[in-house]
Amino acid sequence: MLDQLQTLARPKPLLDRRGWAVFLAIGFVLIVVVPLLNLLPGRGSMMQVPDYLIPLLGKYACYAILALALDLVWGYAGILSLGHGAFFALGGYAMGMYLMRQIGTRGVYGNPVLPDFMVFLNWKELPWYWMGFDSFPFAMLMVLLAPGLLALVLGWFAFRSRVTGVYISIVTQAMTFALLLAFFRNDMGFGGNNGLTDFKDILGFPIQAPSTRIGLYVVSVIVLGLCFLLCRFVVQSKLGRVLLAVRDAESRVRFLGYSPTAAKLFAFVLSALLAGIAGALYVPQVGIINPSEFSPANSIEIAIWVAVGGRGTLYGAILGGVVINLVKTWLTGAAPELWLFVLGGLFIASTLLFPKGIVGLLGQWKAWRAEKQAYALNEKTPLKEKGAE
Amino acid sequence: MQRFLPIVLIALMLALVAVVRPAAAQDLAASLSGLTDADPKPAIAALTQSDDDKAKAALAALAAGNLYIRISDNVVVIGEKDGEMIVVTNAVTGDVEDMLKPEELQAIAVPDDAKSLLGAAATDTQGGPVDFATAIEGLKADSFADKAKAIAALTALGDARAVPAFQALAAGRLFTRKSDGALVIGAASGNDVALSNAATGEPLGIVAPNEIDPLFVNNNLRNVLREAVGRLGLGSSDAAVRRSAAAALLENPAPEAVALLREAYEKEQNAGVKSVMALSIAATELSDPDKSKRILAIQTLSGAAELRVRSLLQARLSQETDTEVKAALVKAFDRMQTKITLYSYAENFVQGISLGSVLLLAAVGLAITFGVMGVINMAHGEMIMLGAYSAYVTQEIFRALLPPSWIGAYLLAALPVAFLVAAIVGVAIERGIIRFLYGRPLETMLATWGVSLCLQQAVRSIFGATNKEVANPGWMTGAIEVAGGLAVTWNRVYIIIFCFAVLGLIALILKRTSFGLHMRAVTQNRQMAAVMGIPTARVDAMTFALGSGIAGMAGVALSQIGNVSPNLGTIYIVDSFLVVVFGGVGSLMGTLVGALTLGVVNKILEPVAGAVLGKVVVLVCIILFIQKRPRGLFAAKGRSADA
Repeated sequence: MLDQLQTLARPKPLLDRRGWAVFLAIGFVLIVVVPLLNLLPGRGSMMQVPDYLIPLLGKYACYAILALALDLVWGYAGILSLGHGAFFALGGYAMGMYLMRQIGTRGVYGNPVLPDFMVFLNWKELPWYWMGFDSFPFAMLMVLLAPGLLALVLGWFAFRSRVTGVYISIVTQAMTFALLLAFFRNDMGFGGNNGLTDFKDILGFPIQAPSTRIGLYVVSVIVLGLCFLLCRFVVQSKLGRVLLAVRDAESRVRFLGYSPTAAKLFAFVLSALLAGIAGALYVPQVGIINPSEFSPANSIEIAIWVAVGGRGTLYGAILGGVVINLVKTWLTGAAPELWLFVLGGLFIASTLLFPKGIVGLLGQWKAWRAEKQAYALNEKTPLKEKGAE
Repeated sequence: MQRFLPIVLIALMLALVAVVRPAAAQDLAASLSGLTDADPKPAIAALTQSDDDKAKAALAALAAGNLYIRISDNVVVIGEKDGEMIVVTNAVTGDVEDMLKPEELQAIAVPDDAKSLLGAAATDTQGGPVDFATAIEGLKADSFADKAKAIAALTALGDARAVPAFQALAAGRLFTRKSDGALVIGAASGNDVALSNAATGEPLGIVAPNEIDPLFVNNNLRNVLREAVGRLGLGSSDAAVRRSAAAALLENPAPEAVALLREAYEKEQNAGVKSVMALSIAATELSDPDKSKRILAIQTLSGAAELRVRSLLQARLSQETDTEVKAALVKAFDRMQTKITLYSYAENFVQGISLGSVLLLAAVGLAITFGVMGVINMAHGEMIMLGAYSAYVTQEIFRALLPPSWIGAYLLAALPVAFLVAAIVGVAIERGIIRFLYGRPLETMLATWGVSLCLQQAVRSIFGATNKEVANPGWMTGAIEVAGGLAVTWNRVYIIIFCFAVLGLIALILKRTSFGLHMRAVTQNRQMAAVMGIPTARVDAMTFALGSGIAGMAGVALSQIGNVSPNLGTIYIVDSFLVVVFGGVGSLMGTLVGALTLGVVNKILEPVAGAVLGKVVVLVCIILFIQKRPRGLFAAKGRSADA
């Protein structure tokens, strides 16, 4: 007993030996091999990774960060946020504003300060909240600050008054819905319906150039890896175990003298920051950010990435984010009317049939086989009594 | 050769026509350009003697100051004002050619001595009395001027039968049938058009929109029509027609109609119609040369709080020269202003109540299922959508199978149909998915979201992504006027009544039936209820059926105030969630108060802050409200609350 407690108290390693090996191998393939395969073989060669795939992979990396962020709050702290798309979009808008300011006189109206849509709306000067976005460090600060502050305020209000379960889901959904409506307004000064687009360059590099795209892709993958390690660090720490405890029995954690509010707030804000970073990386790669990113349906889709991949595992969320978006890319091209059926079916199947996601399937299969073997060994005794599960 | 004779003859005739017609046209063109000479009298005389309709039209236009030279190519054209622009008709060919700005045209002025000649010619062109059937055919004319003439002829006949045709023409619902050129009135009926004879009003069946040609009017003509409707309708035996006629004259006061109005006013028995007539008389007297009469008229008018009366007074204020009258106008204006503001608040309030009652219907099912099972059903919005589509399908079936007079009854049939469809789908969801997920509310939410995606896509695949229109039955159209200027449309009234009836029914089920008793027991304590022998699984299924069925009926109600589309449900689902969260879960009273509050607040904020910002404010307020009362306004108290 004491032994067990001592092992619990000892900080767990970030990853075990095998984990590091897999992590580094995947990182090597994505960061070194894929760009080289794009650059070195001749155009049209069998070995070449086609150009269009690079920003697509970069996009998937952003989605994976987003899924990771949601897994941190849902899988570990038990908060099903249906508003993570809002944090993602806020980060994206902060980046978009920087990119808009970089256009300068190259816009349609050639105004050195005002973005095109403001000239179009007959605005005479830049609104105060657009000030400073011509500086990259400031924009990056806002990428973190905007979603972080929103999460802090909302989370503080919600967790303090013990809004839990489905209520927090609905509140976050209402939040993203409110932002969706707000950002649709032209007077908000964020480009209204059309959002921000027509970007020219980032940090002086032309945004459409293949080399910039490879750069953005590599940065996205590196950030994904760092985010994974960060989340992993959090969940392996003592705080991580408190979060798990909050998920499973919040009242008991409270009675034991911990503050679930603080723990949940930390996880929620951290998760919002990650989502904001994902949004900021996403925007230059797709070249547009508009209010539809705030739509509640988008946010709820993130939950399904995590659910299909496997909750509470982190790498499962990454897997889910990538796999589902791969299917989406392929299916919305091949049979668009089928996509919603598939997505809907995935929601149902992942909750009913494989609640532990793709990652848990192997375990589920193993358990099923063990059960079958045990049953074959002793046919007379029903399994349930043997305590197989 | 014999065989070719007919062909040769036809060819000859065609050639003849081709030669003769330009000759006549050249003649016309010559006389028309003669109008711009220093002495236009010969040209006018030539046009007067011509039998050509176009010559007459040109003369009439000249008399009205509507004949122009197009500066770009010096062609004589007839212009008709349409807003800022002028619609240009070639005077020679009679074809509508262009829409031009006034500065692109030069009006043809006539010297005074030629005007008398023109007057004679103009009176000449107005034919003698004609009978109704011929006169109404004149509405089919292409040019606006000819239509105006036909309208004048019909008005002169004083036949009230022309009123529906006039109203239809002004509303763009007068058509010619392509098959036989008959003049018909069309009324939207789903995606098709229901026709009736313009002269006799007899129904002519339903056709597709591409089988009829609309007749166009411009704003000028619309005013003429409104006034004509007013004059003709005053003599009608139908009180509603008399009322709308008087109202039309109120908007376009016609001094020449005042005698007619007075006469009608004396004869009028209906108090409501009489008051409108009094207003109309006052409106015409606003421009009376007698000062005291004007002041009297202003006093009469100031009693009515209507926007159209206000704009009348406003128009008068800009023309008025007499200081005394001006003071009276300003006073009347102020008095009306407060009343109008008050009325607009009242109107917003009523609209808010009706929006709230729709939300109530949408949310009450959600509240019940959440209360009983602790389950959030994200597919609830799709139950609403299914209900609306059930209404659409019922309407189509009625239209296809039953005589047209039965159409109005489809709505009554649609209610049980919608209830059943939604209830069956609801039970299927409960039995097939939700019951495996009890105790896992978050997963239930995701699974039902999946169901909602599938249902939406299924409906989109079956019915198409475009909006479907569900027609209001006759007894639901129109409005009741609560006070002068404050009108409530019937469909809103019916929806409010319907919602409260449904709410009463649910309360009855909950409080008076054994099923309701079981439901309440399961809500309070599931285990204990099961121990006491209540079949909780069956109660769950029945609850889900009830909740979904109500959502289906909400869909029927929604189909009456908007279009039906596959994403109808998603529009209302967030709002219904907010109602449930705001009102408290599983409490009918909470849902009622929550829905009505949200509806009214939404509508009151709308004019102040704009629709979108109003909604954002409401959302933020609710998020803040949940801080104070995380379990809603009417939270369940006691031991069962901490579930």
